[in-house]
Amino acid sequence: MLTLLLILIPLFSSIMLFAFGRNHAKAIAFTASVAELAVAFATLNAVQTGQAALLNIDMPWLADIGIRFHINTDGISMLMVLLSTLLMPLIMYASFNRNYNNLHTLYGLMFLMQGSIIGSFVAMDGFLFYLFWEIALIPIYFIILMWGGNNRQKVTFKFFIYTLFGSLFMLVALIYVYLQTPDRSFDIQALYAAGRQLPVVEQAWVMAAFFLAFAIKMPIFPFHTWQPDTYYVAPTPGVMMLSGIMSKMATYGLIRWVLPMVPQGIEEYGYILIVLSVISILYASFISIVQKDFKYLIAYSSIAHMGLISAGIIACNAQSLQGSLMEMLSHGINTVGLFFVFDIIFLRMGTSEMKQLGGIRGLDSSFAFLFFIIVLSVVALPFTNGFVGEFLLIIGLFQANAIAASFAGLSIILGVVYMFRSYQTMMLGETNQLTAGFTKLTMQEKITLIIIVTLIIGLGVYPKIVLGITESSVQTLLQGIQ
Amino acid sequence: MEQLVKLIPLFPLISFALIGLLNRRLTKTHAAIFACTGVLLSFIDSVLIFVSQSSHFHPVEVSIFDWISAGNFKASFSFLLDPLSSIFLLVITGVGFLIHVFSIGYMKDDDGFRRFFAYLNLFIFFMLVLVLGNNFLVMFIGWEGVGFCSFMLIGFWFKDQKNNDAAKKAFVMNRVGDLGFLIAMCLIFFTFGTLNYTQLFQPGFMSQFSFDATTITIITVCLFIGAMGKSAQIPLYTWLPDAMAGPTPVSALIHAATMVTAGIYMVARTNVLFSMSPDTMQLVAIIGTATALLGASIGLFQNDIKKVLAYSTVSQLGLMFLALGLGAYTAAVFHVVTHAFFKALLFLGSGSVIHSMGGEQDIRKMGGLKKHMPVTYTTFLIGTIAISGIPPLAGFFSKDQILSEALSHNPTLFVLGMLVSLMTAFYMFRLFFLTFHGKFRGTHEQEHHLHESPFTMTMPLVVLSVFAAFAGFIGFPHALGEKLGIHNWFDHYLEPVLGKTASHLSLSTELTMMGVTTALVVIVILIARHFYVTKATLPMAENVERPAVQKVIYNKYFIDEFYYNFITRPLDALSAFLQNFFDNKIVNGLVNGFGQVVVKGGAFVRQLQSGNINAYAITFVIAVILIFSIFIF
Repeated sequence: MLTLLLILIPLFSSIMLFAFGRNHAKAIAFTASVAELAVAFATLNAVQTGQAALLNIDMPWLADIGIRFHINTDGISMLMVLLSTLLMPLIMYASFNRNYNNLHTLYGLMFLMQGSIIGSFVAMDGFLFYLFWEIALIPIYFIILMWGGNNRQKVTFKFFIYTLFGSLFMLVALIYVYLQTPDRSFDIQALYAAGRQLPVVEQAWVMAAFFLAFAIKMPIFPFHTWQPDTYYVAPTPGVMMLSGIMSKMATYGLIRWVLPMVPQGIEEYGYILIVLSVISILYASFISIVQKDFKYLIAYSSIAHMGLISAGIIACNAQSLQGSLMEMLSHGINTVGLFFVFDIIFLRMGTSEMKQLGGIRGLDSSFAFLFFIIVLSVVALPFTNGFVGEFLLIIGLFQANAIAASFAGLSIILGVVYMFRSYQTMMLGETNQLTAGFTKLTMQEKITLIIIVTLIIGLGVYPKIVLGITESSVQTLLQGIQ
Repeated sequence: MEQLVKLIPLFPLISFALIGLLNRRLTKTHAAIFACTGVLLSFIDSVLIFVSQSSHFHPVEVSIFDWISAGNFKASFSFLLDPLSSIFLLVITGVGFLIHVFSIGYMKDDDGFRRFFAYLNLFIFFMLVLVLGNNFLVMFIGWEGVGFCSFMLIGFWFKDQKNNDAAKKAFVMNRVGDLGFLIAMCLIFFTFGTLNYTQLFQPGFMSQFSFDATTITIITVCLFIGAMGKSAQIPLYTWLPDAMAGPTPVSALIHAATMVTAGIYMVARTNVLFSMSPDTMQLVAIIGTATALLGASIGLFQNDIKKVLAYSTVSQLGLMFLALGLGAYTAAVFHVVTHAFFKALLFLGSGSVIHSMGGEQDIRKMGGLKKHMPVTYTTFLIGTIAISGIPPLAGFFSKDQILSEALSHNPTLFVLGMLVSLMTAFYMFRLFFLTFHGKFRGTHEQEHHLHESPFTMTMPLVVLSVFAAFAGFIGFPHALGEKLGIHNWFDHYLEPVLGKTASHLSLSTELTMMGVTTALVVIVILIARHFYVTKATLPMAENVERPAVQKVIYNKYFIDEFYYNFITRPLDALSAFLQNFFDNKIVNGLVNGFGQVVVKGGAFVRQLQSGNINAYAITFVIAVILIFSIFIF
């Protein structure tokens, strides 16, 4: 019941907003997102106390072709749900005092997105997962199209087509495995069983097809070219949803649908994906170094981080999986933070080209301080959430492939080069004509950043609250594979 | 006891938090009192622990909370108090406190006064975590934490781009080392299944596992790479001289007395592993010696008072690594301790000089400060004698121990080590004479402004000079000590962690060596005196063409230029190539080309781009709900 509520609240809120939200968009949206968060905590409680009855719904739906409405929340899904429900009120709150036209529609679309993303996190039926996966694409398409910056038509079109294109491969693979099930079922366990019985080479093909869809969504090299431009034109709430939450559908999908379905394929051919992911890390890190615009920098650095998560998932051991889950949460929090910093600067200065900025630290030192903590987390300094995830990922990846892990480790050096460079260029030095007019943060902006920074340090010092949520589910998953 | 151990890092953390949060609401005086008290309390705490453990040391393990765990990986936030960490605690909090006091006077007029003390406190916290950690990961917290504080403090005056560049360079180079550290941790966990010291270094623990010698060599080399970054060894040393961009107390605390010795601490802490790999030990000794020579030779020609001291630090750290490479862990740690005293003293002394000179750092523009600054002069002289290695000051004992170890292992290393100490004596006395003797060479205004520093600055100088003078006796030379009945307390104290010092020279060899080195050092000092006092030679001005060899050394062997041209620039070019050509043209070009084909047939999406979004949206949601409702009915 709780699991269903997690999907229904956002959907219901979006209808409310579309239909009646014109005048009270902020109030409705914020209340709803907080209510959703409350339900998520209730769900967490149910997960930790093992109240399966509250979590699991399994009903026949399109019975003729073996599709069931099966949703459930285990530890892994739970963390993903927390990620999306935790960030949602924050993203909403961050967008207050930013004058978007038709705010109620924007919020409505965001809820629609949240509902379908959560749906994909709790779906335990292959078809259902695919359905939610595709539905989630539509609202973000409209968000960027309606509220985006210059050149949005072209960019969104490419984004839409590219991701849709990738998903088709996943659909084909899903149907292929579905056809192998003895009684034609899309149920997750049936698909697992059927997948595992496939010959290794076929497993590898299934893996490849899924990975293509996921690689585009994350994104990783060489399937990333839609991402920087899309992030660039997207309005801040949209890009926060996209990078903070939506990209995690792909990495979650790898854990939930690929690892247990085609374990031998992963074992035999997974190294190819690891190599690809590590190339992606380095490639994106290098490109980040020469970025001139802060928003593009966030976009490319995001590719680097997603690459590490992807490599860790394929490495498939307790450390790397726990690390990847931790890092998904951290990456969500951190990118929302970074994009908010971008928003603050862009709103005041009208540009995010780093060279034009400078000296802001002298005008608002608390802003610089908060921003810098986010930077520290991005470069994975111990006692930030970013460190916990990256450390576990690297130590986990190391056990699967020491050389890949060492190369992936280079990102801790390159990360400092590009993140510190951008921080120093924008915040330090002397002010110039443009930045002299930088006004101090408003209370609302400060609060948003303080929440983010508190999460960064809190989870960095005591990550157990997160790692504890996923621990037993990761164990179960790994046992299932062996 | 456990409570006492927990409190040590807590005090500076609390004072950091207080100053950070209250910030402008605190007066400068209050901020200074908070900051100094925080460190003083830690110092008192460390002394209490030290005293209560002095008769027989019982190592104390304190587990504070479970930090990171996943599968069979577990790392708790826990501390280990043993003789090694207790020595470092005393040095960090003791010297740290004095430098805090010094900073009150030094930073008095700076706008960032509170911020400065907040960072210093945070630094002390991380440094304490570094030496207290009971596993590699906790050490890594401290390790990266001090690097971060160092970054903040080097770039303390952030409006000047040069400082920011120096800060970033330091952090990036440290990160290169940190990657080594990280990989070492991965390997240790992979091989032994734990990162916990007490478990790992328990006698007989490692022998339960099957591993080959190469693994240990790789582990130790990776750890050593980490140490290279933090302790400024070749090839990762170029950040340290640049780090002098920070305020002088920072140079004294972080870039001389404490943080840069973290690499030595790390090797000493993991001595069990290092001792298992002769290859790595050899590498450590060679890199250490080379760095010592390089640093000392560059120091000969520098004209910036802080740069001389910085290269001197690089060189002294090299000597410590030489000792480590010879397996003389105690000697290395001993030199860390004495070096902390005299080098902090020298840096603070230089700070006092710079303060009085109104920010001038070029020794060519100083001279004759002796009569204006008697306390600074006297204490600086003590520091200079101590670092030059003249008995019975502290530097003599520790350097003597390293040299005698070298002599009993490898005569070549001994000769090179000797050469380093002679160069040290020369550049230090050159610095000393140029600064304090002769005529004043600065501007008239500066001369008028010359003054002895206030009490808060001279008091730390005096205290440190007492230690720089007498601290050596805790590690009295073995052979001579046996003869005179003086016990080498230091070696004995650290024996449970670092093992017995293996080699002892005979009394006659030891005495001969001491005599010869001391005599040579005195000769070198006299030569320096001849040049810079009697003949009053001045180092060449910036624009004078230098002889070839001197030019190379003066320009620090062009290593920075080499790094720039062969590492920084190629990487930037690669990045630009990837971005502008590969990413934009090739990858994106392929995707777009493929897309074009698809698009021809798929114009339908375009139709969605106009019209009333709300209508679409509602239709869409309703459709979704309808689809899902099928199962309900």
